[in-house]
This record gives sequence, structure tokens and C-alpha cells, in this order.
Amino acid sequence: MPEQLIFAMEVTLNGLMAGVLYALVALGFVLIYKASGIFNYAQGVMALFAAMTLVGIMDGQVPFSHLINAIFGAHITHFGWHVPALVAIVLTMAVMVFLAWAVQRFVMRHLVNQEPIILFMATIGLAYFLEGFSDLMWGSEIKTLDVGLPQGLNVWIDEKTYNIFGYGFFIDNLDIVATVIAALLVIALVAFSQYTKEGRAMRAVADDHQAALSVGISLNFIWVMVWSVAGFVALVAGIMWGAKSGVQFSLSLIALKALPVLMLGGFTSIPGAIVGGLIIGVGEKLFDFLIGPLVGGATENWFAYVLALIFLVFRPQGLFGEKIIERV
Amino acid sequence: MKVKLTTLAVSALMAAGPAMADLVYPLLSYRTGAYAANGIPFADGYTDYFTLLNERDGGIGGVPTRVLECETGYNTEKGVECYESTKGEGSLVYQPLSTGITYQLIPKATADDIPVHSMGYGRTSAANGKVFSHVFNYPATYWDGASIAINHILDLNGGDISGKKIALVFHNSAYGKEPIRTLEELSKKHGYELTTLAVDHPGQEQKSQWLQIRRERPDYVLMWGWGVMNQVAIQEAANIRFPMENFIGIWWSGSENDVLPAGDGADGYKALALANPGGDYPIYDDLQKYVYDAGKGAGAGDQMKTVLYNRGLYAALLAAEATKKAQELAGTADITPAQMRDGMEALVITEETMAGLGLPDFGPAFEVTCEKHGGSGLGKVQQWDASAKTWSVITDWIKSDDSVIQPLIMEDSAAFAAENNIAERCN
Repeated sequence: MPEQLIFAMEVTLNGLMAGVLYALVALGFVLIYKASGIFNYAQGVMALFAAMTLVGIMDGQVPFSHLINAIFGAHITHFGWHVPALVAIVLTMAVMVFLAWAVQRFVMRHLVNQEPIILFMATIGLAYFLEGFSDLMWGSEIKTLDVGLPQGLNVWIDEKTYNIFGYGFFIDNLDIVATVIAALLVIALVAFSQYTKEGRAMRAVADDHQAALSVGISLNFIWVMVWSVAGFVALVAGIMWGAKSGVQFSLSLIALKALPVLMLGGFTSIPGAIVGGLIIGVGEKLFDFLIGPLVGGATENWFAYVLALIFLVFRPQGLFGEKIIERV
Repeated sequence: MKVKLTTLAVSALMAAGPAMADLVYPLLSYRTGAYAANGIPFADGYTDYFTLLNERDGGIGGVPTRVLECETGYNTEKGVECYESTKGEGSLVYQPLSTGITYQLIPKATADDIPVHSMGYGRTSAANGKVFSHVFNYPATYWDGASIAINHILDLNGGDISGKKIALVFHNSAYGKEPIRTLEELSKKHGYELTTLAVDHPGQEQKSQWLQIRRERPDYVLMWGWGVMNQVAIQEAANIRFPMENFIGIWWSGSENDVLPAGDGADGYKALALANPGGDYPIYDDLQKYVYDAGKGAGAGDQMKTVLYNRGLYAALLAAEATKKAQELAGTADITPAQMRDGMEALVITEETMAGLGLPDFGPAFEVTCEKHGGSGLGKVQQWDASAKTWSVITDWIKSDDSVIQPLIMEDSAAFAAENNIAERCN
């Protein structure tokens, strides 16, 4: 088999894995958009906040310690204990639920029936607030996140592919874990929205707020629930990306990776986020492999958007998005 | 009533008097945004040094110093806004801490007669003082860095690297592209094969670049990265099992922030150093006593002794020493930005100077002249010990290859001079 073809296969596999990581971020956007029609600009910052909270809890960091020290002249930074990863994840999830409640109580509740652009602007404000709040709460230094996920070359795949092609493929163990988690997450989310009472209520709210209210569905409860689930997805994305680069403020920029995925997969489809992620992941990696060297490399960021735009020309609502026809 | 009013007015004037005479050092910092983790220690070190001078020595030449901090978020437009909003405060020298901002400030600051110190970053050809009258990049430039890294590789290979493959992983920005031309010229001289791999901002996803490195198996990888790009690159290098001792970053890719997230995987990674790492210096006793114990630290004190804190400290020290020289030349303690520029151009740093300031064997000795704004062109190589979580210097000062760099500086600065109609000075 030609060497270039073997390399292209390796690139494709890695593209699929990268696509899953993009999809993990995109899922959070989809959930909130599906339930409330809000494009949540703060989703990336929620991933950052969740990851910082997780590390802070695990390391026994005192929240707002800089502020406390500055006001009271103290020198406290840590409680002196270490919380196991699983317990810390549960506690972080509780914090994300509280955040969801606070967002609903202090932001969204006051904006019911407002134009989508106003809701979007509110989430921009939320993103900046949350970024500053995270800084104040946990500090801005880079934190190492170790929840026990395996990382690095998967030796088994390396050996198997070496025996077949005479070249061992590189697949990151962390990417494999992310793929399994993303698959489980999608199955759980689809099952939740299709087969549970709350899930059906969420879909009803998404279809028509007024109608949902008229049959006794609590809009407040649904929104808190949806923002909580989006918070959970943000936590998962934050763990995966934070394990790669450490938990730091640039983590919020992973949202940029999700935008072309959303454009391609549609803003309202959970499977669309996954398929969109995979297409973007493979597309950008293959383009960079084949064309990148001819144009100086670093094509991935812009090519993802080009790819999404090409799809939009033929299918404006995205691959799995709902076609909305508004009659005047 | 009239007496009371007069007393009040005189008191107000007396209170305002010292503030007007402060020596003002603007600091274009970034304590927020994607690069905050690196911006904070530098800003803390820079500010703490001036606080130390105020608390211990009563300022410089009896005049208190004042650091005027302005948040840029590492954003070039905000950096220019910061410059415009602070230049009227008697700002003596700008420290932009961003190559992008430095490029924008070069014409502006020159026109305003205010010096810029881009310490180990910015436009390399600004080292030619004949063209760039107000820009200083001592103690070493990016092109020095590229040459120092190659010289280190030459040392490791008995002086012969012909046929070796060297890859450059770089931040796809003005900063990251700086060393390419130098590395290309050096490849002609030493016969190595150069591959360049661009990484887009912010650099969280580098799978393509590292798959290519794994396929092509370069002997050495150099890195010009900043922020999250560094952490991801080091993690990816560890993932593909690239030998870390053959992975060398520029001095902006060599802080604790860059290696800690990769854990044991970062062990053996090398980076260039503008100055020695660590905190085993007498100055830290004074910082503890006069700044932190007095509750006047710029931060929480948790950044002290880190590489980037030391660099901020070093930048402030060089600004303070240039101020002393300017005061000496001008015959007044209350200097202007133009006089500060003269002081920077006459700056002499010796080992005795550094030892006297509480930083013995820290940075290189160098001398700035009208023609030469780039300093010594010396750098060391430091290596990360993941188990001890410390950097260790593994070489003595390495000199860059002037025979390659000087012609490049002359060529680039001549082009800038022609483009901007600048007449050469220092004749």
C-alpha cells in the first residue's frame, strides 16, 4: 500500500477522534438551543468554569482566596485536603446545577419572550461575567487536571497497524476515552429527550413556550434542567480538553471549534453535533495533510469554517437541522 | 478664611507635587484572557521591583517610581489604546510584552520620543540603533535565540549537523515567524534540513503538526510558542514519544506554566534562557522584607521565583538601571522620556552591577551603544526536571552567530529605513 495512503488513514482516524472532542463542545450549544432557542455564547466559558471548579475541589483550594487574603490580610490558599476525582466530579456537577439555577433566576427569567438577539447578547454578558468570576474564585494560573484518564500512544493499535501496514498508527488513549464517553453521552441524551417525562417536556418547550405553559409545564424548571445538562456536558468537555492542555483561560476558546460543527450539523440535532464534529474533524485534518504543506500549513482553523459554509450552500439548516419556514 | 484656603491650596500642591515628579513606568500587562497565566507573573515581577526600590531606596535618585499598569489582554488594538492613554503621564519607557503591540508602537513611540524596550521579543532588526532610535531589545533577540539553539545542537553533535532534520513548530503570528529567516540562513551554513510547522492561535489542537513530526522523524524540534500552544505541544511531544531532550523552546516557551501540565511527560524538555531560573538570589530577601512582608506585593506572592516573574523583575531592573544612567547623563533626577532613551542607549550592565543589585550570575553582561540596541546576544539552555519540578541550567552562556545575524539585521533594518524614509544615525 502506498505510504501516503497509509498516512492518510492515520490522519483520518485522528480526525475522527478530534471530531468527537469538537462534538463534545457542540453538544452543550445544541441542548440549550433546542430547549430555548438561545445560542449560548457562554458554553465555552462554562467548560472553563466547570474544569476550574473540578480542579479547585480536587486540590482543596479555597475559593476566592485571593480576595479573602486581600481583604483580611490572611494567607490562606488551600484547605489541606485532596478530594477523590469521582467525588469532586459530583460536587462540581452540584455547582453547575446551582449555576444553572442562578442563570435562570437572575438572567433568563427576566428575558422571557424577548427577541433571540437579546437573549444572545445576554449570554455574551454571562460569558464575560463567568470568566471574571472564575478568575476571582479559582485564580488564573494554569492548573494540572488529573482525573486518572489514560493519555498517550495506544500501544495495541500501534502494534496491530504496524503488523498490517509496516507503520504503527498513532491514536491517543485520551481520544479513545473521549469517543466512548461521547457515545454514551449521546445515547443518554437521546434516550432522555425521547423516553422521559422531563425530556418530552423539554421538547415541548422547544417547540412552543406558550403551548407548553398552557399544559402545565414549568418553563423555569425546564430551563434550569437544560442549563444543568449543558453544564454537565461542559464539565465533560472541560475534563477532556483540560487533560490535554491543563486548565487555563484559553479553554474557553474551544467554543470556536464548535461553531463550524454547529453550522454543519444543525443547531437542534444531538446526532447532528456528532456527525458534524466527525466531518469537520476528518475534513480539516485531511485538508491540512494534503493541501497544508502547499500553502504553509495552519489550515485547520479556517478550513473548518470553509467546509461548514460549503455544506450550508446546499443545506442552509445544516445536515440535521430543522427547516424553519415562517409565513407572514 | 483666606488663610485657610491658602493653606488648603498649598497642602494640595504639596500633595500633588511628588506625584507629578514620579518616574512613570507604564506596563502593558495582561492579567485576563487566554495568556493571563503568563502575563501575571511578568507583571508581578515588574511591579514588585519598582515597589522594592520605593520602599528600600526611596525610589531612583530620590524620586519615587510609579508603575502605570494597563490591561491589554494580549490584544494588539488594546495595547495601542493603552499606549495612547498613558503616554501623556510622563511615561518613560514602554514594555509591551507582545510582539504584535511592539510592531504597532515602533513608529508611534519614535514620533512621540518615548523609548520602547521589547526584551527578547518584538522586531529583531530593531537591534540596529542606526535605524530604530527608540526601540531596544537587549539582552538578546529572537534571531539570537534561533542561533543559540542551533549552536547548542552543534555542540551536541560535535559541530557537524549536516543532513540532520530540524523542525520548527511556531505560533502562526508575527512573533512565531520571526526566527524562520534566520533558521533558513543557518541551514545553508550548516547543511541541516529545516521543516516549518505553523500552529494557529491559540494552539489547543496540534494533532496534525505532531503526526507530521512523528512521520518525518526530525532529529530536533524547535518551538516558538506562547500560552496554551506550549503546553499542548509538550504534551503532544510526550504522547508521540519524541525524545524530550531534543525538543528545545525559545525563552517564551520555557516557563513552569509550559511544562507542569504535561507532568512526567515533560521531563528532559529544554528551553533557552535569557537569565538563570530559580530564586536563590539575595534580592529575594529584600523582596520578602520590603514588599511582601509589608503587604505591598503586586500579587499573592505565589509567582515569586518562577521564570516569568524573574523575567519581569529583570526587565524592571534594566529599566531602573537605564534610569540611573539617564539621571547621570542629564544631571537631574527628574528625567524626561527623551533622556530615558539616552540612558538606555548608554546602558552598561556588568557582572558587578548584577551582583550589587542582588542578582549575581543571573543575566549576561552587556553594553548598549548607539548602533547596537540588541545587547549581548547571549543565552543559556535550561532543562526541566519533572520529578523535582525545577529548571536546571545545563550550559554556559552561548553566543549567537553574528556572521549570520548581523547581515540579516542590516538587510531588514535597511528595508525599514527605506520604506519609512529614515536617515541612519550614529555616524
